[in-house]
Amino acid sequence: MKKNFLKLMAMSLVSVMALCSFAGCGGDAPADDTQKDGAETFKIGMIGPLTGAASSYGISVQQGCEVAVAEINANGGVAGYQFELLPADDQHDAEKAINAYGTLMDQGMNALVGTVTSVPCIAVTEESTVDGLLQITPSASAAKAAQYDNCFRICFTDPQQGEHMANYIAGQGIMNCAVLYDVSDAYSSGIYEAFVPAYEALGGTVTTAESFASGDVDFKTQLTSVKNSGAEGLFMPFYYTEVAYVANQAVDVGLDVPFFGCDGWDGVIAQLNGDTTLVDGSVFLTPFLANATDDKTVAFVEAYQAAYGTAPDQFAADGYDAVYAVAAALEKAGTVDNAALVAAMHEIELAGVTGTMTWDENGDANKGAILAKIQDGGVVPAE
Amino acid sequence: MKINEVVSLEFLAQMINGLSLGSIYALIALGYTMVYGICKMLNFAHGDVIMVGAYMLSVAMGMLGLPPVLAILLSMVVCACLGVTIERIAYKPLRNASPLAVLITAIGVSYFLQSSALLIFGSTQRKVESAINVSSVQLGELTIGGNALVTLLLTIVLMTGLTWFINHTMTGKAMLAVSEDKGAAQLMGVNVNRTIATTFLIGSALAAVAGVLFISSYGFVGPYTGAMPGIKAFVAAVLGGIGSVPGAMLGGILLGLIESLSKAYISTQLADAIVFGVLIVVLLVKPTGLLGKKRTEKV
Repeated sequence: MKKNFLKLMAMSLVSVMALCSFAGCGGDAPADDTQKDGAETFKIGMIGPLTGAASSYGISVQQGCEVAVAEINANGGVAGYQFELLPADDQHDAEKAINAYGTLMDQGMNALVGTVTSVPCIAVTEESTVDGLLQITPSASAAKAAQYDNCFRICFTDPQQGEHMANYIAGQGIMNCAVLYDVSDAYSSGIYEAFVPAYEALGGTVTTAESFASGDVDFKTQLTSVKNSGAEGLFMPFYYTEVAYVANQAVDVGLDVPFFGCDGWDGVIAQLNGDTTLVDGSVFLTPFLANATDDKTVAFVEAYQAAYGTAPDQFAADGYDAVYAVAAALEKAGTVDNAALVAAMHEIELAGVTGTMTWDENGDANKGAILAKIQDGGVVPAE
Repeated sequence: MKINEVVSLEFLAQMINGLSLGSIYALIALGYTMVYGICKMLNFAHGDVIMVGAYMLSVAMGMLGLPPVLAILLSMVVCACLGVTIERIAYKPLRNASPLAVLITAIGVSYFLQSSALLIFGSTQRKVESAINVSSVQLGELTIGGNALVTLLLTIVLMTGLTWFINHTMTGKAMLAVSEDKGAAQLMGVNVNRTIATTFLIGSALAAVAGVLFISSYGFVGPYTGAMPGIKAFVAAVLGGIGSVPGAMLGGILLGLIESLSKAYISTQLADAIVFGVLIVVLLVKPTGLLGKKRTEKV
């Protein structure tokens, strides 16, 4: 009897494990083909990680897109079309992204906002370029994520961020700056590689360039080297999770210099539970500030807050602008023809919540950077 | 002369970094090596028990508002119960199965714990207030973190205590007997099942302590927090001689020092390669690890 009970326990343990491993699957939103009365429907596909480890990015983009689509439809649509958003999940996986792309094409997608992350995005550009479909990635920053003529991007590229920060740091009179970057991550290395020549061209000296690999939690060795290199500042182009570790450990090794970061820092305040004493005064580059006071941002933040109960992050803002970019291209082209939409992208200028932008021949957005300063548990624009 | 001073000061600082990293590896390796030494199984879920210990501390201190000492005790009790439960449900039915089956089950348990934490606590990392409030010590130009000191001291105390417990108490002697020969120990009246359960109980309570020290040093816990330190500590245990308690300590400290010094003076990218290179060389020269005992199997 006891043995049977144990067997039962073991069996149920195994089945729970099996269930857990499948828990990530599913979740594709069913297609909604119903048309609104009187107007034709323009279908915008959206691909991103809606489940899995990177899901916070995908969900933010989707919610930003939903807000934009609702606004556009409430204002009577564009060029006689009502917008419809078709979200699909790729779990930050290239193969699933391609499957999602195929499904969306079958549903009659007219333009794609996506994908959210770089690796799946590069894979999807290979497909969309064959179809000639207008593809705008809100947030994939790798150079190849907008490699074909039909591909455009809302966010900064990695090199753009490195150059912007080199300008800012040198502009603050800090001419001896150390860099700590994630050597295993293309985003972080990409920013680092563009930063060094740009900073040196401005007369700055990179006192030491230290690296780590994703998943590392101990940075004391690198920080000790930074301290002993005589740096007056530390540039940290990587994501907020590691930023929080570094800020903690800098105290342990007695390193007290200003920190500078990139747009991966978005979320660092939540990560630190709002206690920003360790990173107060740090400045990072961001495409979007939710507490900016211009009308567009205020309206977007209000609508987003009403719909989802939280303030939008930069991914939501990128998604929002991507939908408006599609709308502007449709307005300009006046037709749903793929080639006309793609051609229109080079002619439009969009005043979005992440800045006023035009698109160059590579499909990259030209726009100014916002520099955000961490202060008293919040983020304020840096002078 | 001036330059020499600066260089040696940096060297000392990096040695301290290595020691503080190594003492955490050593503490985790203690649990690994103990379970291996007694039960001859690699408990790959050990790293994840550390994660559970860290989460328990965060729940006890953050949500229940318990004082640090009670929170640490609660975390140890929960982990000890978890360890015994895992052993009862997942490993005990496999007592006579092939080692490979047990190994795969251990990996399964590890995934189970990670996924459960993901479901319960979500994927974002939590900030945990340090349970240890020891301020840094300033020695001239050198700064030594308070957590590093506590971890190092506690690891030495726990290692000494564990060695004494195994060699001088009845339960400890029963553990040694079980590790020598399960069947013979049973014939001599040793309750094998209870002995193994006790091993898991102590090993998991140690894991909770490691978890508490780990997040006191690094400040954050997520579902995968235990994975990487678990693997590093396993390497430390093998380097020092798996099954040997002082070996785990030595292996952990050496691993931390090698990692820190190669990051500082050779290359950050190559640090892990150097660590594993040293492991390979040690195993080639002394297959049982630095302090491991060679055991002849009698047929």
